[in-house]
Amino acid sequence: MNSALLSAKEVGCERGGRSLFQPISFGLQPGQALHLQGDNGAGKTTLLRALAGLTPLAMGEVHWRGQACLENRSAFHADLLFLGHALGLKDELTAIENVVLGAAMAAQQLSPAQALTALSAQGLRSRAHLPLRVLSQGQKRRVALARLQSASARLWLLDEPFVALDNDAVLALQALLQAHVAQGGVLVFTSHQPVSLGKQMQSLRLQA
Amino acid sequence: MNIFATLVMRDLRLAFRRKSEVLSGVFFFVVVAALFPLAIGPEPAMLRQIGPGVLWVGALLASMLALPRLLEADYRDGALENMLLSPHPLWLLAAGKIAAHWLLSGLPLVILAPVLGLQFNLSSDALSVLCLTLLLGTPVLSCVGAIGAALTLGVRGGGVLISLLVLPLYVPVLVFGAGAVHALQSGLGAQAHVSILLALLLPALFFSPWACSAALRIALE
Repeated sequence: MNSALLSAKEVGCERGGRSLFQPISFGLQPGQALHLQGDNGAGKTTLLRALAGLTPLAMGEVHWRGQACLENRSAFHADLLFLGHALGLKDELTAIENVVLGAAMAAQQLSPAQALTALSAQGLRSRAHLPLRVLSQGQKRRVALARLQSASARLWLLDEPFVALDNDAVLALQALLQAHVAQGGVLVFTSHQPVSLGKQMQSLRLQA
Repeated sequence: MNIFATLVMRDLRLAFRRKSEVLSGVFFFVVVAALFPLAIGPEPAMLRQIGPGVLWVGALLASMLALPRLLEADYRDGALENMLLSPHPLWLLAAGKIAAHWLLSGLPLVILAPVLGLQFNLSSDALSVLCLTLLLGTPVLSCVGAIGAALTLGVRGGGVLISLLVLPLYVPVLVFGAGAVHALQSGLGAQAHVSILLALLLPALFFSPWACSAALRIALE
């Protein structure tokens, strides 16, 4: 447990005064991924938000690099990339502007040219200059995923990253996640589909 | 500091791509200020008396009209979550949002006020004091309003709640803002009122981003 980058000890979450799942513990070393599973309403999203530091934990502790996450919030958040249900994209801005702004918010310098490269890798080269409101749901998700392409964060927390993607995009995202893990990153994600990222992946089922 | 400018530019760019939202507040101010002389009648002495008050109330309501939109869109599309999870200090981001709000809903009022003040037969001295008080007072409205907007985030019917929460806090600004022009008109000089407005502005600038970021953390739990 000591060499783990991200470790959770007896973590529990509450929603509306009711505890959501049995307390869980896990430790993730560099290059490991965790697939959170559970029925609808089991608390996967709440757990991810709690790991990110958005929602307070009802019990337990989360440590990043051996330090309590909220003790040094800005250092933890510099290492963190969180992608939730809401994508945090602006309908009025173009795809490029969204990617550049998303990077700036994560304290990362990204030129429009680099943003275009990231969007091209998501197959959105021809859509890069369009305002986001004319893109489809799946394309919007790809714009959000373009953030992963250029991110330098070590810890990725992804909530249902495979939703609304077509087959090609699912494969591309899997490759992206595998590359992140291979480079020594840590990944926690939720998904209802079976996902395989090699033997570095653990699964955890949340139970009420 | 860089992210502050980036965020202000982002909000300005967003506003210019949906102009109706910005223009509605400014237009509201113009219409309110134009309706009073029409309703009350063309008596110069009377208009001069009520002018500063009407313009100030109009500015106050116009600034408040834009408050629900300050954070609501960012809350709904998840951009606020990204701000909370940013390595940048949250108070700096909140300050950027507040600055953008003032540039979009406060500064236009300061610029328009002298034109609208002409309808009320205000002298050029009174107009310049009115402008000065608006310049000092409207940032206070944005600062205090932003705290209200952050506290009512995600609450159904939040718009009404903001007005209930924030309007009483606007009263000192209104009293000393309109009072400055009255004081000048009655020959007392506006300096005391302007000093008090400045004294309201400084703590508002200092504490509001901090209070706003604390309220945001609670709202997004």
